[in-house]
Formats: sequence, structure tokens, C-alpha cells
Amino acid sequence: MECNCIEPQWPPDDLLMKYQYISDFFIALAYFSIPLELIYFVKKSSVFPYRWVLVQFGAFIVLCGATHLINLWTFTPHTRTVASVMTIAKVLTALVSCVTALMLVHIIPDLLSVKTRELFLKNKAAELDREMGLIRTQEETGRHVRMLTHEIRSTLDRHTILRTTLIELGRTLSLEECALWMPTRTGLELQLSYTLRQQNPVGYTVPIHHPVINQVFSTNHAVKISPNCPVARLRPAGKYLPGEVVAVRVPLLHLSNFHINDWPELSTKRYALMVLMLPSDSARQWHVHELELVEAVTDQVAVALSHAAILEESMRARNLLMEQNVALDLARREAETAIRARNDFLAVMNHEMRTPMHAIITLSSLLQETELTPEQRLMVETILKSSNLLATLINDVLDLSRLEDGSLQLDLGTFNIYTVFREVLKLIKPIASVKKLHVSLSLAPDLPEYAVGDEKRLMQTILNVVGNAVKFSKEGSITITAFVAKPETLRDSRAPEFLPVPSDNHFYLRVQVKDSGCGVSPQDIPNLFTKFAQNQSTATRNSGGSGLGLAISKRFVNLMEGHIWIESEGLGKGCTAIFIVKLGIPERVNEYKLPYMPKMPTNHGHTAFPGLKVLVMDENGVSRTVTKELLMHLGCDVTTVGSSDECLQLVSHEHKVVFMDINVPGTDSHRITSRIHEKFAKRNERPLIVTLIGNTDKLTKENCMRIGMDGLIVKPVSLDKMKSVLSDLLEHRVLFEGI
Amino acid sequence: MEVVQMQRGLVDYTKTLFMECFLDAQFLQLQQLQDESNPDFVFEVVSLFFDDSEKLLNDLSMALDQPSVDFKKVDAHVHQLKGSSSSIGAQRVKDACVTFRNFCEEQNIEATLRCLQQVKHEYYLVKNKLETLLRLEQQIVAAGGSIPMIEMGFLKTINMKGKHDSGVVYTVETYGVFCDSTSIRSL
Repeated sequence: MECNCIEPQWPPDDLLMKYQYISDFFIALAYFSIPLELIYFVKKSSVFPYRWVLVQFGAFIVLCGATHLINLWTFTPHTRTVASVMTIAKVLTALVSCVTALMLVHIIPDLLSVKTRELFLKNKAAELDREMGLIRTQEETGRHVRMLTHEIRSTLDRHTILRTTLIELGRTLSLEECALWMPTRTGLELQLSYTLRQQNPVGYTVPIHHPVINQVFSTNHAVKISPNCPVARLRPAGKYLPGEVVAVRVPLLHLSNFHINDWPELSTKRYALMVLMLPSDSARQWHVHELELVEAVTDQVAVALSHAAILEESMRARNLLMEQNVALDLARREAETAIRARNDFLAVMNHEMRTPMHAIITLSSLLQETELTPEQRLMVETILKSSNLLATLINDVLDLSRLEDGSLQLDLGTFNIYTVFREVLKLIKPIASVKKLHVSLSLAPDLPEYAVGDEKRLMQTILNVVGNAVKFSKEGSITITAFVAKPETLRDSRAPEFLPVPSDNHFYLRVQVKDSGCGVSPQDIPNLFTKFAQNQSTATRNSGGSGLGLAISKRFVNLMEGHIWIESEGLGKGCTAIFIVKLGIPERVNEYKLPYMPKMPTNHGHTAFPGLKVLVMDENGVSRTVTKELLMHLGCDVTTVGSSDECLQLVSHEHKVVFMDINVPGTDSHRITSRIHEKFAKRNERPLIVTLIGNTDKLTKENCMRIGMDGLIVKPVSLDKMKSVLSDLLEHRVLFEGI
Repeated sequence: MEVVQMQRGLVDYTKTLFMECFLDAQFLQLQQLQDESNPDFVFEVVSLFFDDSEKLLNDLSMALDQPSVDFKKVDAHVHQLKGSSSSIGAQRVKDACVTFRNFCEEQNIEATLRCLQQVKHEYYLVKNKLETLLRLEQQIVAAGGSIPMIEMGFLKTINMKGKHDSGVVYTVETYGVFCDSTSIRSL
């Protein structure tokens, strides 16, 4: 029996069937392509952890697709095989789908967790990004600071520094306005000194003791302040909201202290105020790194300002010094002019004063010689005494003023020491005998008779000292001793700085004058040598004198590189005046005393050319003798010949020079010269040939040279000439005397 | 003291000789060369000069007496005499010889004869003077004094003046400055 399942080719409701058929087809298609797509894309992506899930899913889909595909055949009558295939497919599909469904339960949470991880990573990435941004900004800030610092520190001009700071800050931070308020001189107000936008800010001041300002000054951080603060009201009020304002203090250093970390705590610390305003219509805010930048820059500005201040200071000091220099120079020149003027004045006055004085003294002394009544005589004597005193005074003053400015120089000369002392004694004896004082002089035996020094001034000094001794003694005796000071005695405890060193041509003369007068109290001793200072005791008031004597003596002694001092045991115990002066030892006393001119030393010639063997050829006997003597005088070993033949016979290599006195340079001299040349082939064996000739001209000279002579001398020959000729000759081996 | 007077006298005499150009600087040179090692040098040289000159003058007289004068020979003799006199510092003689030689070149017999006379005249003059000088020196030495030297500065002055005409008298000052500074050489 045939199955009744004969399907009509297309059943009556075949529209629906048709649609189902198409749908199934498309489903199958889709179901086959989806896994393909999946596989394709998964293959493309390298990171997909759940491959096996995909496989599963793929299988599921494929089987579904297969089912639908196989379904296509069921629309038409189909065989059992198809049915079984369909069944298998369906069974498999069911299996796989169930497995997949079960799998999905496990997989989906995992997948979801992947998602969360992805989110987490994304967040992390965002965070890192942020941090990167921060670091970058910080680095940029640092760069800005460095750049700003460089800009700021590249100049030492205060204004430039501040201007540059504002400009650079404005640029770096894109500020709307940047301003610097400097404290005024009084320190009570802040004055607007520099702004970024306005070129010349008007002197707009704000009192310094504002709470906001105090707040800013109290910390070294940048502080956000309100835009309404008086220091921040820099821009005209705009329509927009003013941007944020920050203010920071700028320390103004007076010291050169660059250690930012340890500001010295000064009581009067001055600050300037820097105000920075962000653009008003932006929503920008002050970031931390920007504030740090501002602070860092401010510190640098402070340092740069202090540098600038130091520079200004040093420039000012230098200018001051230069001015002072100029002034000093001027003063010096004026002083020099003054001194010159004074010297001129003194010189003139000296002469002017001395001339009348001289006249007075001379005429008075002449008057004294004439017939006078006792009253007249007394008057004349007084006149004479007074004028003598005046003359002495004038001399003293002149001397002292010259000594003062060091223009006095010693007149050195050789003199007899004994004479000097005898003179002094002669001068002082009359006065001493009037006062009934006994004067004794003792000169050491080792005192040299003659010495080199300033005789006049030495006598003046001795006279002064002795005169003082006499003046201040009313009775008793005066002892004068003079001897050569020995090194041990030279070192006096009273004069530790005086360390004389005797040498070969100097000696130190020590003179002591002891008197038995009124003495000097120890405290007065230092004043004795000062000008015009006098012992004010009544006894001495009448003795006259200007008090210049010892001062002048001291100056003279100092000029003679010596030392003078007074020793006294006290009032009434007398005193001893001691001085040491340096005198020279004269070289040769005879030379000074007698006009002795030694004869030209004869010995000096003998050592000039000792043993030099020479040959003299001269036909003229007299001339030959003279030349021989001349050369012998120079120490030569002279052989003389009278003819050219003898010359040629006797000449040998021992002779260093051959002098030929040829009256006429002719064939004879030519012959001799050439023969000598022949005889001594070697140059250094041959004696030098020199001709003496009475007068000569260029032609003769050339002839001589041509013949082969080594030298030519023009007669007359003096000793000096011969000497120099010989030395030249022997040195250069040729001599042709210039005519 | 006699010696001093004699010394002064010698100096004065020497001065006049220089002034009158009998002697020139060369003579001073000779005096300079005289010293302890050769105390008679000047005397020797002067004597030699006298002998030489006598001989030469005789030869000259003979040569010029010849009928035919051999001017070459005459010239040679005169040359010799010129050499000797210039070596000793006899200035006038030397100058006369120069003139003599000039005329010899011209071969002028009369002139040469005249020159010969002139030379002889000058020679005898200077011989006389030199003998006096030497005598004075000997007297001083005998009396125990020493011969005063003329300063070298004098020499320089003469040398600087160079050649001069016979008969020109130097100013006293020139001599005075130098000649007065005599030195006493102790014996």
C-alpha cells in the first residue's frame, strides 16, 4: 500500500507555506552567516577570552540553522531519511541549546565583570591622565619660573627688573593686570609704582595698615584677596565679574643676604606688594601651581633687587670716591701752592728782614766803638743785644720752618771735630766765666780728627746744648764729653726705636753735656723738645730765648740720623743733655788737605799687552826708538829692525804684529807684505801687518787694504791711541782707522 | 826753595817752547813715556835725533852741492828728517821739511837751497832749546828735585787744535789752565 502521504505539490494554503518556506530559508541563511561573522570578527580581534563559548554558540546557531534548513524539505513530501535527519538535527540543536543555556548562566556574570574591569581601568586611565596633566603643569611652572628668573636676573637695573617681572608674569599667567606697590619713604603708605598695562601709573597711594595688606605681609605665600580691596582696584570697573586677585609680599632687602631660607629678623622689614589679577571675564581660577610660581618669582625678584641695590650702592660709593679724589687732588695742589707761596714769602722775608737787621747790628757795633756817654753806651748796648736776639730769632724761625717741611739739607763736608769743639768752648767761655761756671771739655782719644758732616749745624747744635747748660746753671760746672759711641752704648733704653748700625764709613759721635743747674722735672722732659714750650719757672723767665733752640737742635740731630735726649734726676739736681749723631769717615785726608794730583800711572800700561811679541820696522832711527818705547810701555816684547830685508829675516810666527813705518807706501811695503803673506800660509800663524803713516787719504787706505795689510794707523800715535789700536786689532784682526 | 824755583823755571821755559811752536804734543808724549824703568828716555831720543839730523843735514848739503842734483835722494833725506823731527815733536823743523819737500818735487834748486838753510836754521834753534831744557832738567835732578810733568789736558788741547801755522801764539789762558797744574813727583 502506498502511503497516503502524497503531498500535493503545492497545497492550497501554499501562500502561508510559501512565506514559511521563505522565512525558514532566510532564517537558515542568517543562522549560518551569524557564526561566520562571529568567527570572522573574533578571528580579527585577538583578545576574546571565551572562544569555546563562541564555538558552542556557533554550534547552536548552526544547528538551528540546519534545522530550519532541513525544515525546508518538510514542506514537500519527504522521505524518511529527511525526517530522520531533521530529527537528529533537532535533537542536536536541543542538546546544544540546553548546554548553551546552562553555560550562559556561568558566562554572563564573567562577561559583566569584564565590563566592570573595563570601567575601572578607564577610571584609572583618566586619573593618570589627570596626574600627568598636573606634572606637566608643574614642570611648565618650573620652566616659567626659570625663564622669569633668567629674565629678571639678566639685568641689574632696578626698574628693568621690576618691569620685566610684571611683563613676564603677565605673559606666563595671562594676567589681566599686574601691579607693584612700593612702600613710601615714610613707610606708612604703599605707592603704586609699576603696572603692567598702564605705562605711567599715577602716584596712587594706599595706607599700609590695611587688614588685607597686613594679612598679605604676614605670610610669604601668595594670598587670594578680594577684588574690592583698595590695592586691587586697578582696572576700571567693568561689566563683567572681576577675576580673582592674588597678592604676595616682596621683601626689600637692605642687606646683602641671599639666603632665602634664613631671613634675618629685622625689626624694620620693608615689603612691597605685588598684585596679580586674572582676566575678568574668564572663569579662570588661581591654581596652586600658579601661586607657587608667583611665590618663586617673588623670591627671585627680591634677590635681584638686592643685587641691584648693592650695585647702586657701589656705584654711588665709587662716584663719591671719585669726587673725593678730585677734591683731594685740588686740595693737594692748593696746599702745594700754599707751601710754595710760603716758601717764597719766607725767602723774600728772610732777605728783607735780614738786611735791615744786619744794618742795625753792624751800625750799632760800629757806634759802640765811638765816643759815647755812659747813658748812650748803655742804650747802644741794649740796642745791640736786642737786635742780636731778633736776628737769632729770625734765623731760628727760618731754620725751623725749613726744617719743618723737610726742605733743609745738610751741607756735608769734611771738617775737623776738634776745631768745632774748641770754637764752641771759645764762644761759651766768656759767658761762663761771667757766671763763674767752670767749663771742661774732654774728647776721647779714639775720636777721629776729621769727619764728614754738616760742620755749621753740628756746631749750632753743640752750642745750643752747651748754651742751655750755661743758661740754666747759676753755679757749679759744665762738663762736655765727646766720644765715639760703641754699639752697646748706642742702644739706649730711652730710645728703643733708635737702632744705629755703625758701618765702615760712618761712626756715631756721642756728646754729653752735664750741668749742675736747676734740672728738669721728669714730667717736663717730653715737652722740652717741642717748639715754643718753655719751663715756666720764674728763674728761667728772664733768661730769654724763644724756646726754639732745643726743637731746632732736635731737628738737626734727626737730620744727621741721630738722637737727642735729656736726663735729669729732678729739680735742682742738674741735668745731662746727650746726643748722638752719625758722621762720615773721610776717605783720604791727604786728598782733601793738599792739592795733590798724581802723575799718570805708569803701571797701567804695563799690564795692557803683557809679553805681546811685536816687530817694528822703521828706517828712521828716532821714530823707531819712539815707537819701540811706546810699545814697551804697553808691555810688549819689541824687536826693532831698520830695513825691510832685516824685517823679512827676523819675522816669525811668534810675532803677533808687525809695525811698518813706511814713509811712502810703495813697492817696498808691497813687497814685504806679500812676502809675509807667502811666508805664513796659514792665516792664524801670520802676524798682523800694520803700517804707520804720516798722513793718508782714501786712496792710500785702499791701496794698503789691497796690498794685504791688516791695519793702518795715522801718525802721531799717542799712548792711548796705540793701546786702543792694539786691542781693536787683536780682537778683530783687522783695523782700518777712520780718518 | 831753589828746587821749586828751578821747577817753576823749567815749566815756564817749556811753556814758551810750546807757545813758540818749537815743540808740539809729540814731545809731551815722549815725556809721558819716560818713567822709572827708563829714566833717560827723553835724553836718549833727543840725542839720537841730534845725531841723525846732523848726518842728514850733511848729506843734504852734499847732495845739493852736486852739479846735477839728485832730487830723489834729496827728497829721501828730507823725508827722513821730517820723520825724525815729527817723532820727536820738533814742529818747526818738520814744517820746514814739508816746505822743502814741496820744492823738491818742483825740482827748484834755488828754492830747495833756501829751504835747506831754513831747515838748518830751525834745527839749530830747536837743538839749542832742547839742550837748554835738558840741562835744566839735569840741574833739578841733581838738586834732588823731580821733573814736573805737564798735564795731559794740555796735550788734548793741542791735539784738538790740529795743524797750525808757525808763529801763531796761543793765548796764555789756554796754556795757563793746563800748564799750571803741575804735579810733584816724589823721588
